[in-house]
Amino acid sequence: MTSSAAVEVTGLRVRRGKRLVLRDVSCTIPQGSVTGLLGPSGCGKTTLMRSVVGVQIVESGSVSVLGSPAGSPDLRRRIGYATQNPAVYADLTVEENLRYFCSVLRAPRSDVSRVIDEVGLGANVSQLVSSLSGGELSRTSLAVALLGTPELLVLDEPTVGLDPLLRDELWTLFRTLAARGVTLLVSSHVMDEAARCSRLLLMRDGALLADDTPSSLLSETGTDDLEQAFLSLVRAREAA
Amino acid sequence: MNTSILLATTARILNQFRHDRRTVALMILMPSLLLILLRFVFNSEQAFSRAAPALLAVFPFAIMFIVTSITTLRERTTATLERLMTMPIAKLDLLFGYALAFGLVAVVQVLVAVGVSLYWLGLSIGGSVWLLVVIAGLDALLGTALGLFASAFARTEFQAVQFMPLFVMPQVLLCGLFSPRESMTPVLEWLSNVMPLSYAVDALTAVTTSSDITGELVQDLTIVAACGLLALVLGAVTLRRRTP
Repeated sequence: MTSSAAVEVTGLRVRRGKRLVLRDVSCTIPQGSVTGLLGPSGCGKTTLMRSVVGVQIVESGSVSVLGSPAGSPDLRRRIGYATQNPAVYADLTVEENLRYFCSVLRAPRSDVSRVIDEVGLGANVSQLVSSLSGGELSRTSLAVALLGTPELLVLDEPTVGLDPLLRDELWTLFRTLAARGVTLLVSSHVMDEAARCSRLLLMRDGALLADDTPSSLLSETGTDDLEQAFLSLVRAREAA
Repeated sequence: MNTSILLATTARILNQFRHDRRTVALMILMPSLLLILLRFVFNSEQAFSRAAPALLAVFPFAIMFIVTSITTLRERTTATLERLMTMPIAKLDLLFGYALAFGLVAVVQVLVAVGVSLYWLGLSIGGSVWLLVVIAGLDALLGTALGLFASAFARTEFQAVQFMPLFVMPQVLLCGLFSPRESMTPVLEWLSNVMPLSYAVDALTAVTTSSDITGELVQDLTIVAACGLLALVLGAVTLRRRTP
Protein backbone atom coordinates (compact mmCIF):
# COMPACT_ATOMS: atom_id res chain seq x y z
CA MET A 1 0.00 0.00 0.00
CA THR A 2 1.38 3.38 -1.00
CA SER A 3 0.37 6.52 0.83
CA SER A 4 -2.60 6.99 -1.48
CA ALA A 5 -6.24 6.52 -0.56
CA ALA A 6 -7.33 5.40 2.88
CA VAL A 7 -10.97 5.35 1.83
CA GLU A 8 -12.42 4.97 -1.65
CA VAL A 9 -16.14 5.39 -2.18
CA THR A 10 -17.55 4.59 -5.62
CA GLY A 11 -21.13 5.16 -6.75
CA LEU A 12 -22.55 4.75 -3.26
CA ARG A 13 -26.35 4.70 -2.98
CA VAL A 14 -28.05 4.24 0.37
CA ARG A 15 -31.76 4.06 1.01
CA ARG A 16 -33.13 4.41 4.53
CA GLY A 17 -36.79 3.54 4.55
CA LYS A 18 -38.30 5.14 1.45
CA ARG A 19 -35.80 7.98 1.28
CA LEU A 20 -32.70 7.86 -0.90
CA VAL A 21 -30.19 9.27 1.58
CA LEU A 22 -27.04 8.98 -0.52
CA ARG A 23 -27.35 9.27 -4.29
CA ASP A 24 -24.30 8.13 -6.20
CA VAL A 25 -21.58 9.42 -3.90
CA SER A 26 -17.98 8.91 -5.01
CA CYS A 27 -14.94 10.27 -3.22
CA THR A 28 -11.42 9.44 -2.11
CA ILE A 29 -9.93 10.23 1.25
CA PRO A 30 -6.13 10.45 1.14
CA GLN A 31 -4.13 8.78 3.86
CA GLY A 32 -2.79 11.08 6.57
CA SER A 33 -5.31 13.83 5.83
CA VAL A 34 -7.87 15.57 7.97
CA THR A 35 -10.92 15.49 5.73
CA GLY A 36 -13.87 17.59 6.79
CA LEU A 37 -17.34 16.35 5.89
CA LEU A 38 -19.56 19.38 5.87
CA GLY A 39 -23.14 20.10 5.07
CA PRO A 40 -26.47 20.93 6.67
CA SER A 41 -28.09 18.59 9.15
CA GLY A 42 -29.87 15.73 7.35
CA CYS A 43 -27.74 15.86 4.20
CA GLY A 44 -26.36 12.33 4.65
CA LYS A 45 -23.10 12.93 6.55
CA THR A 46 -23.79 10.35 9.22
CA THR A 47 -24.97 7.79 6.65
CA LEU A 48 -21.75 8.24 4.66
CA MET A 49 -19.73 7.79 7.84
CA ARG A 50 -21.71 4.68 8.81
CA SER A 51 -21.02 3.27 5.35
CA VAL A 52 -17.28 3.85 5.80
CA VAL A 53 -17.33 2.18 9.21
CA GLY A 54 -19.31 -0.72 7.73
CA VAL A 55 -22.48 -0.68 9.81
CA GLN A 56 -24.76 0.69 7.08
CA ILE A 57 -26.69 -1.56 4.70
CA VAL A 58 -25.99 -0.05 1.27
CA GLU A 59 -28.10 -0.38 -1.87
CA SER A 60 -25.30 -0.24 -4.42
CA GLY A 61 -21.79 1.02 -4.92
CA SER A 62 -18.63 0.10 -3.09
CA VAL A 63 -16.67 1.39 -0.13
CA SER A 64 -13.07 0.30 0.30
CA VAL A 65 -11.30 1.12 3.55
CA LEU A 66 -7.55 0.66 4.13
CA GLY A 67 -7.48 -1.80 1.25
CA SER A 68 -10.41 -3.98 2.39
CA PRO A 69 -14.16 -3.75 1.76
CA ALA A 70 -15.84 -1.65 4.50
CA GLY A 71 -17.05 -3.82 7.37
CA SER A 72 -14.36 -6.51 6.95
CA PRO A 73 -13.49 -8.21 10.27
CA ASP A 74 -9.79 -7.24 9.92
CA LEU A 75 -10.82 -3.56 9.96
CA ARG A 76 -12.49 -3.76 13.37
CA ARG A 77 -9.29 -2.94 15.26
CA ARG A 78 -8.02 -0.45 12.71
CA ILE A 79 -10.90 2.06 12.72
CA GLY A 80 -11.86 4.39 15.55
CA TYR A 81 -15.43 5.66 15.36
CA ALA A 82 -17.21 8.26 17.45
CA THR A 83 -20.94 8.31 16.81
CA GLN A 84 -22.96 11.49 16.98
CA ASN A 85 -24.93 10.31 20.02
CA PRO A 86 -22.19 9.40 22.45
CA ALA A 87 -21.74 5.62 22.48
CA VAL A 88 -20.84 5.23 26.14
CA TYR A 89 -22.61 3.71 29.12
CA ALA A 90 -24.30 6.42 31.17
CA ASP A 91 -24.25 4.31 34.35
CA LEU A 92 -20.48 3.80 34.36
CA THR A 93 -17.67 6.23 35.15
CA VAL A 94 -15.49 7.67 32.38
CA GLU A 95 -12.66 5.35 33.36
CA GLU A 96 -14.86 2.23 33.59
CA ASN A 97 -16.18 2.93 30.08
CA LEU A 98 -12.70 3.31 28.68
CA ARG A 99 -11.42 0.21 30.48
CA TYR A 100 -14.23 -1.88 29.00
CA PHE A 101 -13.77 -0.71 25.41
CA CYS A 102 -10.02 -1.08 25.88
CA SER A 103 -10.44 -4.78 26.75
CA VAL A 104 -12.81 -5.33 23.83
CA LEU A 105 -10.21 -3.85 21.47
CA ARG A 106 -7.45 -5.81 23.27
CA ALA A 107 -5.49 -2.56 23.43
CA PRO A 108 -2.80 -2.04 26.10
CA ARG A 109 -4.10 -0.90 29.55
CA SER A 110 -1.92 2.22 29.33
CA ASP A 111 -4.13 3.46 26.50
CA VAL A 112 -6.83 4.43 29.00
CA SER A 113 -4.75 7.14 30.67
CA ARG A 114 -3.26 8.23 27.33
CA VAL A 115 -6.67 8.94 25.74
CA ILE A 116 -7.94 10.63 28.92
CA ASP A 117 -5.03 13.07 28.61
CA GLU A 118 -5.53 13.54 24.88
CA VAL A 119 -9.14 14.67 25.27
CA GLY A 120 -8.50 16.55 28.53
CA LEU A 121 -10.82 14.57 30.79
CA GLY A 122 -8.32 14.11 33.64
CA ALA A 123 -10.60 15.84 36.14
CA ASN A 124 -13.60 13.62 35.30
CA VAL A 125 -12.13 10.09 35.32
CA SER A 126 -14.17 8.80 38.22
CA GLN A 127 -17.32 10.74 37.41
CA LEU A 128 -20.42 8.88 36.22
CA VAL A 129 -21.06 9.54 32.54
CA SER A 130 -24.68 10.46 33.28
CA SER A 131 -23.45 13.44 35.30
CA LEU A 132 -21.16 14.82 32.57
CA SER A 133 -21.93 17.94 30.53
CA GLY A 134 -22.63 17.61 26.80
CA GLY A 135 -19.10 18.56 25.84
CA GLU A 136 -17.53 16.17 28.36
CA LEU A 137 -19.82 13.43 27.09
CA SER A 138 -18.77 13.80 23.47
CA ARG A 139 -15.12 13.93 24.58
CA THR A 140 -15.62 10.61 26.39
CA SER A 141 -16.99 9.14 23.18
CA LEU A 142 -14.04 10.61 21.29
CA ALA A 143 -11.64 9.08 23.83
CA VAL A 144 -13.11 5.64 23.08
CA ALA A 145 -12.42 6.21 19.38
CA LEU A 146 -8.77 6.98 20.16
CA LEU A 147 -8.20 3.68 22.04
CA GLY A 148 -5.84 1.23 20.37
CA THR A 149 -3.97 2.98 17.62
CA PRO A 150 -6.51 3.26 14.83
CA GLU A 151 -5.26 4.03 11.32
CA LEU A 152 -8.56 5.66 10.42
CA LEU A 153 -10.64 7.88 12.70
CA VAL A 154 -14.25 8.54 11.76
CA LEU A 155 -15.60 11.28 14.02
CA ASP A 156 -19.21 12.39 13.74
CA GLU A 157 -19.50 15.97 15.00
CA PRO A 158 -16.84 15.58 17.71
CA THR A 159 -16.63 19.28 18.59
CA VAL A 160 -20.30 20.14 19.11
CA GLY A 161 -20.87 22.21 22.23
CA LEU A 162 -17.21 22.53 23.13
CA ASP A 163 -15.58 25.58 24.59
CA PRO A 164 -13.47 27.35 21.89
CA LEU A 165 -10.20 26.71 23.69
CA LEU A 166 -10.92 22.99 23.94
CA ARG A 167 -12.05 22.87 20.34
CA ASP A 168 -8.74 24.39 19.32
CA GLU A 169 -6.87 21.78 21.37
CA LEU A 170 -8.78 18.97 19.70
CA TRP A 171 -8.04 20.28 16.23
CA THR A 172 -4.35 20.43 17.19
CA LEU A 173 -4.64 16.79 18.27
CA PHE A 174 -6.30 15.87 14.95
CA ARG A 175 -3.45 17.49 13.01
CA THR A 176 -0.81 15.78 15.17
CA LEU A 177 -2.47 12.43 14.51
CA ALA A 178 -2.63 13.15 10.76
CA ALA A 179 1.06 14.03 10.76
CA ARG A 180 1.69 10.55 12.20
CA GLY A 181 -0.12 9.06 9.19
CA VAL A 182 -3.56 8.61 10.75
CA THR A 183 -6.44 9.45 8.40
CA LEU A 184 -9.28 11.45 9.89
CA LEU A 185 -12.78 11.95 8.57
CA VAL A 186 -14.48 14.60 10.70
CA SER A 187 -18.03 15.81 10.18
CA SER A 188 -19.36 19.17 11.18
CA HIS A 189 -22.26 21.40 10.32
CA VAL A 190 -20.43 24.60 11.13
CA MET A 191 -18.45 26.11 8.30
CA ASP A 192 -15.84 27.80 10.47
CA GLU A 193 -14.28 24.39 11.13
CA ALA A 194 -13.84 23.77 7.40
CA ALA A 195 -10.76 25.97 7.18
CA ARG A 196 -8.96 23.70 9.66
CA CYS A 197 -9.20 20.66 7.37
CA SER A 198 -6.70 19.65 4.73
CA ARG A 199 -9.50 18.43 2.46
CA LEU A 200 -13.21 19.10 2.30
CA LEU A 201 -16.21 17.09 1.25
CA LEU A 202 -19.23 19.36 0.91
CA MET A 203 -22.56 17.61 0.93
CA ARG A 204 -26.13 18.61 0.31
CA ASP A 205 -29.23 16.48 -0.14
CA GLY A 206 -27.36 13.18 -0.31
CA ALA A 207 -24.92 14.29 -3.00
CA LEU A 208 -21.38 15.65 -2.96
CA LEU A 209 -21.03 19.27 -4.06
CA ALA A 210 -17.26 19.36 -3.78
CA ASP A 211 -14.26 17.18 -2.95
CA ASP A 212 -11.30 19.56 -2.79
CA THR A 213 -8.80 21.43 -0.60
CA PRO A 214 -10.11 24.57 1.14
CA SER A 215 -7.79 26.88 -0.81
CA SER A 216 -8.66 25.60 -4.29
CA LEU A 217 -12.32 25.64 -3.32
CA LEU A 218 -11.98 29.35 -2.57
CA SER A 219 -10.10 30.14 -5.76
CA GLU A 220 -12.46 28.10 -7.94
CA THR A 221 -15.55 29.80 -6.61
CA GLY A 222 -13.86 33.20 -6.44
CA THR A 223 -14.97 33.75 -2.85
CA ASP A 224 -13.00 34.60 0.24
CA ASP A 225 -14.74 32.48 2.84
CA LEU A 226 -15.94 28.88 2.79
CA GLU A 227 -19.52 29.71 3.75
CA GLN A 228 -19.73 31.83 0.57
CA ALA A 229 -18.02 29.10 -1.43
CA PHE A 230 -20.63 26.60 -0.26
CA LEU A 231 -23.44 28.97 -1.17
CA SER A 232 -22.08 29.62 -4.63
CA LEU A 233 -21.75 25.87 -5.24
CA VAL A 234 -25.35 25.31 -4.14
CA ARG A 235 -26.57 28.11 -6.44
CA ALA A 236 -24.54 26.84 -9.37
CA ARG A 237 -26.01 23.38 -8.83
CA GLU A 238 -29.55 24.73 -8.68
CA ALA A 239 -29.12 26.87 -11.77
CA ALA A 240 -27.89 23.85 -13.73
CA MET B 1 -15.29 -16.30 20.78
CA ASN B 2 -12.83 -14.80 23.23
CA THR B 3 -13.02 -15.49 26.95
CA SER B 4 -11.31 -12.30 28.07
CA ILE B 5 -13.76 -10.12 26.08
CA LEU B 6 -16.67 -12.19 27.44
CA LEU B 7 -15.46 -11.73 31.03
CA ALA B 8 -14.79 -8.02 30.44
CA THR B 9 -18.42 -7.72 29.31
CA THR B 10 -19.64 -9.52 32.43
CA ALA B 11 -17.50 -7.26 34.61
CA ARG B 12 -18.83 -4.19 32.82
CA ILE B 13 -22.46 -5.21 33.42
CA LEU B 14 -21.80 -6.02 37.09
CA ASN B 15 -20.16 -2.60 37.37
CA GLN B 16 -23.29 -1.01 35.95
CA PHE B 17 -25.30 -2.84 38.63
CA ARG B 18 -22.89 -1.59 41.29
CA HIS B 19 -23.84 1.97 40.37
CA ASP B 20 -27.56 1.15 40.53
CA ARG B 21 -28.03 -0.23 44.05
CA ARG B 22 -31.80 0.17 44.08
CA THR B 23 -32.22 -2.15 41.09
CA VAL B 24 -29.91 -4.71 42.68
CA ALA B 25 -31.86 -4.56 45.96
CA LEU B 26 -35.17 -4.99 44.12
CA MET B 27 -33.90 -7.89 42.05
CA ILE B 28 -32.47 -9.76 45.02
CA LEU B 29 -35.28 -9.17 47.50
CA MET B 30 -38.38 -9.20 45.28
CA PRO B 31 -38.89 -12.99 44.98
CA SER B 32 -38.42 -13.43 48.74
CA LEU B 33 -40.94 -10.69 49.52
CA LEU B 34 -43.46 -12.27 47.17
CA LEU B 35 -42.92 -15.67 48.78
CA ILE B 36 -43.47 -14.16 52.24
CA LEU B 37 -46.68 -12.62 50.95
CA LEU B 38 -47.77 -15.96 49.52
CA ARG B 39 -47.06 -17.73 52.82
CA PHE B 40 -49.51 -15.45 54.59
CA VAL B 41 -52.05 -15.64 51.77
CA PHE B 42 -52.14 -19.43 52.18
CA ASN B 43 -51.92 -19.14 55.95
CA SER B 44 -50.78 -22.77 56.13
CA GLU B 45 -47.28 -24.24 55.94
CA GLN B 46 -48.52 -27.31 54.06
CA ALA B 47 -50.28 -25.39 51.32
CA PHE B 48 -47.27 -23.10 51.04
CA SER B 49 -44.89 -26.07 50.76
CA ARG B 50 -46.96 -27.41 47.87
CA ALA B 51 -46.96 -24.17 45.86
CA ALA B 52 -43.58 -22.71 46.79
CA PRO B 53 -41.32 -24.96 44.66
CA ALA B 54 -43.12 -23.96 41.47
CA LEU B 55 -42.91 -20.31 42.49
CA LEU B 56 -39.19 -20.62 43.16
CA ALA B 57 -38.99 -21.37 39.45
CA VAL B 58 -41.50 -18.76 38.29
CA PHE B 59 -40.26 -15.65 40.15
CA PRO B 60 -36.59 -15.70 39.11
CA PHE B 61 -37.65 -16.60 35.59
CA ALA B 62 -40.10 -13.71 35.26
CA ILE B 63 -37.92 -11.09 36.98
CA MET B 64 -34.82 -12.00 35.01
CA PHE B 65 -36.80 -11.96 31.79
CA ILE B 66 -38.00 -8.43 32.30
CA VAL B 67 -34.74 -7.00 33.64
CA THR B 68 -32.73 -8.54 30.83
CA SER B 69 -35.04 -7.57 28.00
CA ILE B 70 -35.05 -3.93 29.10
CA THR B 71 -31.29 -3.71 29.70
CA THR B 72 -30.50 -5.28 26.36
CA LEU B 73 -33.02 -3.11 24.58
CA ARG B 74 -31.32 -0.09 26.10
CA GLU B 75 -28.04 -1.27 24.62
CA ARG B 76 -29.70 -1.79 21.26
CA THR B 77 -31.35 1.63 21.15
CA THR B 78 -28.40 3.67 22.40
CA ALA B 79 -25.36 3.89 20.18
CA THR B 80 -23.32 1.48 22.31
CA LEU B 81 -24.41 -1.68 20.48
CA GLU B 82 -23.64 -0.15 17.09
CA ARG B 83 -20.26 0.92 18.45
CA LEU B 84 -19.51 -2.56 19.82
CA MET B 85 -20.50 -4.11 16.49
CA THR B 86 -17.68 -2.13 14.83
CA MET B 87 -15.22 -3.66 17.29
CA PRO B 88 -13.60 -7.09 17.39
CA ILE B 89 -16.20 -8.60 19.74
CA ALA B 90 -18.10 -11.76 18.75
CA LYS B 91 -21.88 -11.57 19.15
CA LEU B 92 -21.77 -14.60 21.44
CA ASP B 93 -19.11 -12.90 23.62
CA LEU B 94 -21.62 -10.14 24.23
CA LEU B 95 -24.62 -12.41 24.84
CA PHE B 96 -22.79 -14.92 27.03
CA GLY B 97 -21.24 -11.97 28.87
CA TYR B 98 -24.78 -10.78 29.58
CA ALA B 99 -26.01 -14.25 30.52
CA LEU B 100 -23.11 -14.77 32.92
CA ALA B 101 -23.62 -11.41 34.67
CA PHE B 102 -27.38 -11.82 35.02
CA GLY B 103 -26.90 -15.49 35.91
CA LEU B 104 -24.69 -14.50 38.85
CA VAL B 105 -27.29 -12.04 40.10
CA ALA B 106 -29.97 -14.69 39.61
CA VAL B 107 -28.06 -17.21 41.73
CA VAL B 108 -27.86 -14.70 44.59
CA GLN B 109 -31.56 -13.97 44.17
CA VAL B 110 -32.44 -17.67 44.33
CA LEU B 111 -30.14 -18.33 47.32
CA VAL B 112 -31.92 -15.61 49.27
CA ALA B 113 -35.38 -16.84 48.24
CA VAL B 114 -34.58 -20.46 49.11
CA GLY B 115 -33.00 -19.45 52.42
CA VAL B 116 -36.01 -17.36 53.43
CA SER B 117 -38.43 -20.12 52.40
CA LEU B 118 -36.56 -22.83 54.32
CA TYR B 119 -35.81 -20.98 57.53
CA TRP B 120 -38.74 -18.64 58.00
CA LEU B 121 -41.61 -19.81 55.88
CA GLY B 122 -41.56 -23.49 56.81
CA LEU B 123 -40.80 -24.91 53.38
CA SER B 124 -39.78 -28.56 53.77
CA ILE B 125 -37.92 -30.30 51.00
CA GLY B 126 -37.12 -33.96 50.59
CA GLY B 127 -34.20 -33.64 48.21
CA SER B 128 -30.96 -31.70 48.11
CA VAL B 129 -31.13 -27.96 48.83
CA TRP B 130 -28.18 -27.42 46.49
CA LEU B 131 -29.90 -29.14 43.62
CA LEU B 132 -32.89 -26.89 44.26
CA VAL B 133 -30.63 -23.83 44.02
CA VAL B 134 -29.03 -25.15 40.83
CA ILE B 135 -32.43 -25.71 39.19
CA ALA B 136 -33.77 -22.31 40.20
CA GLY B 137 -30.53 -20.70 38.98
CA LEU B 138 -30.81 -22.51 35.66
CA ASP B 139 -34.35 -21.29 35.46
CA ALA B 140 -33.31 -17.68 36.02
CA LEU B 141 -30.76 -18.17 33.26
CA LEU B 142 -33.56 -19.36 31.02
CA GLY B 143 -35.44 -16.13 31.79
CA THR B 144 -32.27 -14.15 30.99
CA ALA B 145 -31.78 -15.95 27.69
CA LEU B 146 -35.41 -15.51 26.64
CA GLY B 147 -35.24 -11.84 27.65
CA LEU B 148 -32.16 -11.34 25.46
CA PHE B 149 -33.98 -13.00 22.59
CA ALA B 150 -37.25 -11.09 23.11
CA SER B 151 -35.47 -7.72 23.22
CA ALA B 152 -34.66 -8.16 19.53
CA PHE B 153 -38.35 -7.78 18.67
CA ALA B 154 -39.01 -4.66 20.71
CA ARG B 155 -38.39 -1.19 19.33
CA THR B 156 -39.28 0.68 22.50
CA GLU B 157 -39.20 -0.01 26.21
CA PHE B 158 -43.01 0.03 26.26
CA GLN B 159 -43.03 -2.88 23.82
CA ALA B 160 -40.38 -4.70 25.84
CA VAL B 161 -42.54 -4.50 28.96
CA GLN B 162 -45.49 -5.89 26.98
CA PHE B 163 -43.42 -8.94 26.04
CA MET B 164 -43.58 -10.00 29.67
CA PRO B 165 -47.28 -11.05 29.43
CA LEU B 166 -46.59 -12.50 25.98
CA PHE B 167 -43.54 -14.64 26.76
CA VAL B 168 -43.92 -15.22 30.49
CA MET B 169 -47.60 -15.38 31.48
CA PRO B 170 -48.64 -18.29 29.20
CA GLN B 171 -45.73 -20.30 30.57
CA VAL B 172 -46.75 -19.50 34.14
CA LEU B 173 -50.40 -20.44 33.48
CA LEU B 174 -49.47 -23.72 31.80
CA CYS B 175 -46.52 -24.85 33.93
CA GLY B 176 -48.60 -26.85 36.37
CA LEU B 177 -48.77 -24.24 39.09
CA PHE B 178 -52.52 -23.72 38.84
CA SER B 179 -53.63 -27.14 37.71
CA PRO B 180 -51.69 -30.38 37.12
CA ARG B 181 -50.33 -30.60 33.58
CA GLU B 182 -51.63 -34.15 33.09
CA SER B 183 -55.24 -33.09 33.64
CA MET B 184 -55.23 -30.33 31.04
CA THR B 185 -57.09 -30.72 27.72
CA PRO B 186 -54.82 -32.25 25.05
CA VAL B 187 -54.16 -28.92 23.28
CA LEU B 188 -53.18 -27.19 26.51
CA GLU B 189 -51.11 -30.17 27.62
CA TRP B 190 -49.30 -30.09 24.29
CA LEU B 191 -48.68 -26.33 24.69
CA SER B 192 -47.47 -26.96 28.22
CA ASN B 193 -45.11 -29.62 26.86
CA VAL B 194 -43.38 -27.21 24.48
CA MET B 195 -42.83 -24.53 27.11
CA PRO B 196 -39.50 -24.71 28.91
CA LEU B 197 -40.82 -23.36 32.22
CA SER B 198 -42.96 -26.51 32.61
CA TYR B 199 -39.81 -28.63 32.81
CA ALA B 200 -38.21 -26.28 35.32
CA VAL B 201 -41.29 -26.53 37.56
CA ASP B 202 -41.38 -30.34 37.17
CA ALA B 203 -37.72 -30.53 38.16
CA LEU B 204 -38.20 -28.30 41.20
CA THR B 205 -41.25 -30.25 42.36
CA ALA B 206 -39.30 -33.50 41.99
CA VAL B 207 -36.43 -32.19 44.11
CA THR B 208 -38.71 -31.00 46.90
CA THR B 209 -40.56 -34.31 47.17
CA SER B 210 -37.72 -36.84 46.91
CA SER B 211 -33.95 -37.09 47.23
CA ASP B 212 -33.61 -39.41 44.20
CA ILE B 213 -31.95 -38.07 41.10
CA THR B 214 -34.10 -39.81 38.53
CA GLY B 215 -33.60 -39.99 34.79
CA GLU B 216 -36.67 -37.81 34.40
CA LEU B 217 -35.11 -35.09 36.57
CA VAL B 218 -31.92 -35.14 34.51
CA GLN B 219 -34.02 -34.95 31.35
CA ASP B 220 -36.00 -31.96 32.68
CA LEU B 221 -32.79 -30.12 33.53
CA THR B 222 -31.27 -30.86 30.14
CA ILE B 223 -34.35 -29.46 28.42
CA VAL B 224 -34.24 -26.25 30.50
CA ALA B 225 -30.52 -25.77 29.83
CA ALA B 226 -30.89 -26.54 26.13
CA CYS B 227 -33.75 -24.04 25.75
CA GLY B 228 -31.67 -21.35 27.46
CA LEU B 229 -28.73 -22.06 25.16
CA LEU B 230 -30.99 -22.06 22.12
CA ALA B 231 -32.50 -18.69 23.10
CA LEU B 232 -28.98 -17.24 23.48
CA VAL B 233 -27.90 -18.47 20.07
CA LEU B 234 -31.13 -17.17 18.50
CA GLY B 235 -30.44 -13.87 20.29
CA ALA B 236 -27.01 -13.74 18.64
CA VAL B 237 -28.64 -14.27 15.24
CA THR B 238 -30.85 -11.22 15.84
CA LEU B 239 -27.83 -8.98 16.49
CA ARG B 240 -26.79 -7.35 13.25
CA ARG B 241 -23.50 -5.69 12.46
CA ARG B 242 -25.09 -3.82 9.56
CA THR B 243 -28.40 -2.02 10.02
CA PRO B 244 -30.65 -0.09 7.59
